[in-house]
Amino acid sequence: MSVRTEQKGTNAPASTTAESLDRAAGRQITDFLAGDDIAAGTGTGVAEHGRSGEKVRKASAHPRPSAQPDTVRERAGLALNDEFLRKAVKFTTERLRNGKLEASESHGNWDIWREQGRQIRLHTIAHLDYYLNLFADNARLNGVHVHFAATAEEAVSLSLAIAESVGARTVVKSKSMVTEELHLNHALESIDVEAIETDLGEYIIQLAGETPSHIIIPAIHKNRYQIAELLSADAGETLSPDTTILAGYVRRKLREKFLEADIGMTGCNFAIAETGSMVLFENEGNARMVTTVPKTQITLMGMERIIPSWEDLEVMATLLPRSATGQRLTVYMSGISGPRRESDADGPEEMHIIILDNGRSNQLGDPEFQELLNCIRCGACLNACPVYRHIGGHAYGGTYSGPIGAVLTPALKSNVAEWDDIASASSLCGACYEACPVKIPLHDMLVSLRRRKVEAGRGNPLETIGMKGFSTVAGNAKLMGVALKMGRIGQRLIARKGVISTRIGPLKGWNTYRVTPTLAEQPFRERWATLEEELSAGLREMNPAMKRRMEEKARESREAAQRKGDGGH
Amino acid sequence: MKVSVFITCLSDAIYPRVGEAMARILARQGVRLEFPKVQTCCGQPAYNSGYWDDARKTARTILSAFQDSDFVVSPSGSCTYMIHHYEELFKDEPELQRQARELQAKTYEFTQFLVQVLGVTDLGAHFPHKVTYHPSCHGSRLLGIKEEPMQLLRGVEGLQLVPLPFADDCCGFGGTFAVKMADISGAMVTEKADHIKETEAEVLVGLDMACLMNIAGNLRRRGEPVRVMHLAELLEEGVKVG
Repeated sequence: MSVRTEQKGTNAPASTTAESLDRAAGRQITDFLAGDDIAAGTGTGVAEHGRSGEKVRKASAHPRPSAQPDTVRERAGLALNDEFLRKAVKFTTERLRNGKLEASESHGNWDIWREQGRQIRLHTIAHLDYYLNLFADNARLNGVHVHFAATAEEAVSLSLAIAESVGARTVVKSKSMVTEELHLNHALESIDVEAIETDLGEYIIQLAGETPSHIIIPAIHKNRYQIAELLSADAGETLSPDTTILAGYVRRKLREKFLEADIGMTGCNFAIAETGSMVLFENEGNARMVTTVPKTQITLMGMERIIPSWEDLEVMATLLPRSATGQRLTVYMSGISGPRRESDADGPEEMHIIILDNGRSNQLGDPEFQELLNCIRCGACLNACPVYRHIGGHAYGGTYSGPIGAVLTPALKSNVAEWDDIASASSLCGACYEACPVKIPLHDMLVSLRRRKVEAGRGNPLETIGMKGFSTVAGNAKLMGVALKMGRIGQRLIARKGVISTRIGPLKGWNTYRVTPTLAEQPFRERWATLEEELSAGLREMNPAMKRRMEEKARESREAAQRKGDGGH
Repeated sequence: MKVSVFITCLSDAIYPRVGEAMARILARQGVRLEFPKVQTCCGQPAYNSGYWDDARKTARTILSAFQDSDFVVSPSGSCTYMIHHYEELFKDEPELQRQARELQAKTYEFTQFLVQVLGVTDLGAHFPHKVTYHPSCHGSRLLGIKEEPMQLLRGVEGLQLVPLPFADDCCGFGGTFAVKMADISGAMVTEKADHIKETEAEVLVGLDMACLMNIAGNLRRRGEPVRVMHLAELLEEGVKVG
């Protein structure tokens, strides 16, 4: 190997790659039911389901219908009625978020490292042009062919051209979200090149003819029995839903594929500008096989994957696995700085890196969204999200799901008219922000998306009228008082025993799951005069210590506001 | 010291008892509250849905209501946090933006005011019941109100506090989210209520009437007898009884 660094996690098997794969895969099904690789690759775009290869799809036991409903509400409806999916997603996201919590607490200085990670990402993205050039120059010096693709179409054409130039018939892939964004498997098959996913979770998803429903756990929505069914159909014999048997089958099958593949295709977790190297994080060892056995390597990366130095990688290598799976270190971390050199025992003879924009540069210079490019694709926001917990990933309708997907998918499309209603599928609870290892304010970004849609005149017409009415009434205390009085009269028609439980009209959605309380007979504003009189009459003397404390706090607050004003202007 | 109550539209219209409990508790500490009547709503429904012009209209009532106050106290972490958005909301109107900064610095959620400003954690309340606590997202995550309610609950004699499983998970309210995404929100509140049932608590206590209205509505729809209270109500009842 050329400049390859290796770091093994505490639970890394110190054995050959094939055995490691076997063990990691076995552990993986046991632990997470599906794949648990840390995502390599990045990107965005619109996903369509059922886009994997024809050959694979024929073998699939239960291919998912390729057409998904248009709205997030309808897609969520499907998920909410799928008990298997909900159970599987809850089970695994709970394990992951508990693992993350434990791993971040046991770290000891999590918030300091988190801030450091954020600063590294902020700095890199602020100087992205410089670091991208530095990376490309250094990678070229290492003998890598570096390509820039402005759009998904360009990246696909470049990939197909390379495949054709080496006369490829088979491509083995390690996990890459960017290739999902490009629908690259489908494109490869259109020129008769077979693309095989080698991450266990991705392999399962490919068999099912589906797309990943989680950034790092592609098959999170499937349970062991569904997986056994898929793999049995693939094997042409009944495999028992035993994790060792299932993982063993996939290992044997994939080993043949590694040996016959012409191209190894990967994503990229981090690209190190100072040496032009790319780094992959994984748990199964399949990415290492993909980058050592085939003669040609193609790496696809989003343009924001860059970090300046190996020193910065130390911070990322701490934040990413702990946030993603609760692991202190990933099982395999490979740093690859170019094709095979004479002194190397293995590695590709030819290496290409395709750097993809595809809407990412829309965020550069946009104060509300630039931090989106800081994302390291750990999936922690998905695991923390109470909405994702109930509807899974496919309901988001894009390549990327969960809170990050809800922002990324619309943000990367510059035409507001094309935005769907994904940004509305959030209660803005902030769990995503709290979980994020680089502190991306996703909850604020969701509001920004909604605002931009309204400002572009694309708000829901009924809601627009409703909000006008709201602000007219609530913009004036007297009008609000009148509205409350009218409401009290109106509710007499439908209220019973202090609540309204009818499911008619606008109350249908809310009252399907709840009852609505009635307006109070006397609102606080009408009650106040009497209450104030009563309280003033019996008011106690405040103790002097408390009084001093209050005066001190009041002074502090005045000064804080003053400082903020001075700092801001 | 002029201490004003920012009642929030929900407590004003539906739960005046929460404002009343808050006023009584503070009066017992010697705090004379005042209530500026021009206040209406913080504007959060419009702000969160992206209708910022509409949000500004109602936010102006809040800015003008509390200009002369030294402190503003509110029974909602979510509405208190909304005031933290005013600086950005009025970024093109320097005078209003200055007022927004002042308002943010002097506005406290009820338990913050008791613990941080007054330095009180024991109100001498007695409440011999099994109670579970739901930490509302905006208060706990965005304002960092985590310890204050715990300190106050620990100060209540006879109260048995049972931990709520998945306490930090959102109840599914989210304002217009509960209407727009009714089924997702419904699944969330149903799970929250399931967890409350698991605790076998007699009382659910919280700091935000919006979340509590959501959860109570689900419990009541299912005929569950759990009593749902704002912490101010619980403390006031505990002082009266005790």
